[in-house]
Amino acid sequence: MEGKEPKEISKTDKKKEMIMFLSSSEEKEHFLSKANRKILSDPLNDNNPITVQVLGICSALAITVQLKPAIVMSLAVVFVMAFSNVIISILRNSIPSRIRIIVQLVVVATMVILVDQILKAFAYDVSKQLSIFIGLIITNCIIMGRLEAFALGNGVYKSFLDGIGNAAGYGLILIVVAFFRELFGSGKLLGYEVLGHKGLTMADSTGLYALGYENNGFFLLSPMALIVVGIVIWVQRSRNRKLIEEN
Amino acid sequence: MDLINLFVKSIFIENMVFAYFLGMCSYLAVSKTVKTAVGLGAAVIFVLLITVPVNYLIDNYLLQAGALTWLGPEFADVDLSFLSYIMFIAVIASMVQLVEMIVEKFAPALYGSLGIFLPLIAVNCAILGGSLFMQQKAFNGISEAVTYGAGSGIGWFLAILAIAAIREKIAYSNVPAPLKGLGITFIITGLMAIGFMSFMGIKLEGAKQESNQVSESSVDKPSTPDKSTASINTNIENK
Repeated sequence: MEGKEPKEISKTDKKKEMIMFLSSSEEKEHFLSKANRKILSDPLNDNNPITVQVLGICSALAITVQLKPAIVMSLAVVFVMAFSNVIISILRNSIPSRIRIIVQLVVVATMVILVDQILKAFAYDVSKQLSIFIGLIITNCIIMGRLEAFALGNGVYKSFLDGIGNAAGYGLILIVVAFFRELFGSGKLLGYEVLGHKGLTMADSTGLYALGYENNGFFLLSPMALIVVGIVIWVQRSRNRKLIEEN
Repeated sequence: MDLINLFVKSIFIENMVFAYFLGMCSYLAVSKTVKTAVGLGAAVIFVLLITVPVNYLIDNYLLQAGALTWLGPEFADVDLSFLSYIMFIAVIASMVQLVEMIVEKFAPALYGSLGIFLPLIAVNCAILGGSLFMQQKAFNGISEAVTYGAGSGIGWFLAILAIAAIREKIAYSNVPAPLKGLGITFIITGLMAIGFMSFMGIKLEGAKQESNQVSESSVDKPSTPDKSTASINTNIENK
């Protein structure tokens, strides 16, 4: 959404998608037809919001120290994205294009307030941990980017699928990064000590720690999030060579 | 002195990009050349300088619990703080629009250079982040809010300027093909963030008693390296 380049990419994407939809007959289409499945699965790999479209990185990095907040954040984004996509898609013919950004922001902000209040009521600890990052979903570029590129030009059901797909692609990277950071950084997953218990001395410890393993505290620091995402991009692009950039 | 502390702290120690990863999307998208980076950075400073104090006033006189008492005693227990997200984003979006119009009218030259970047800023997380941190930190007095807005804007400006300069040079080096572009930018940003962590060693809270001497010496970069590594280590253990 931000920057010149992503906008152009999304415009061509939009055209491609429009052509794809026009060629397939809309009325007879099955709920999970090939085109719809593609909308859902494309963002998981070939068109991943974080590693390919470069959207929504701000929040992705700050909350990946542990797995649990990362999962909660992904669910929150799935919810906000699916429903704001649906609402904008319903309203798409009546929004004047000059004020569309403010309309989109207001819709997204409303969904985020809902999520924030629900989290405060039912998962207060996690909501404390995520602090301002729930609020920052509003300016998460994935949401604005997909609203601009997809929901403004497509039907309700397709926008819903696109929202779920992109939020899942975002969540996938979030969870992968959080998995490695929590595993190597504190030897835990979801708070369980999967690598054994670390006691004060080696004799007190169990599991890997009894063999002299140490946690890598560096993984808990924020710069490591960037480097882990960099490595994820590297691995993904060396497996999927058509994503490699020219310069 | 407190204001200088806050200013230095918001530029270096709590840098928007390297400590909180805010505004990363535009940071990555618009950092291909130094010239555009400077334009966007200047626009961010400008907008943060305006929106943080405005949102401070809105938060303190409209939204917080008991903030409406100036209307009359019967409003004392009204708490509108759940509306803060929507208010902040509305203020930011309309401020950006307003700033764009004012700049276009009174400084056409500046508009020429900032013009295309201003609309992008409405969805820059650093701007909303600035307002949300302002709310979380509960500043006393609008001067602190102004200082914080200016400081965090300048911090963001420095970050995007630095990465743009590095990316201009890295175009000539031999990066592995799958790492080209986005991947290497992420890793460089990570390394820069490690560099910025050395600023965490600067103790500014304690500077209040020791007055001006300390805050002067803390401006010229990491005072004692062993001190800074020690505090990083304690930080690791705390986490």
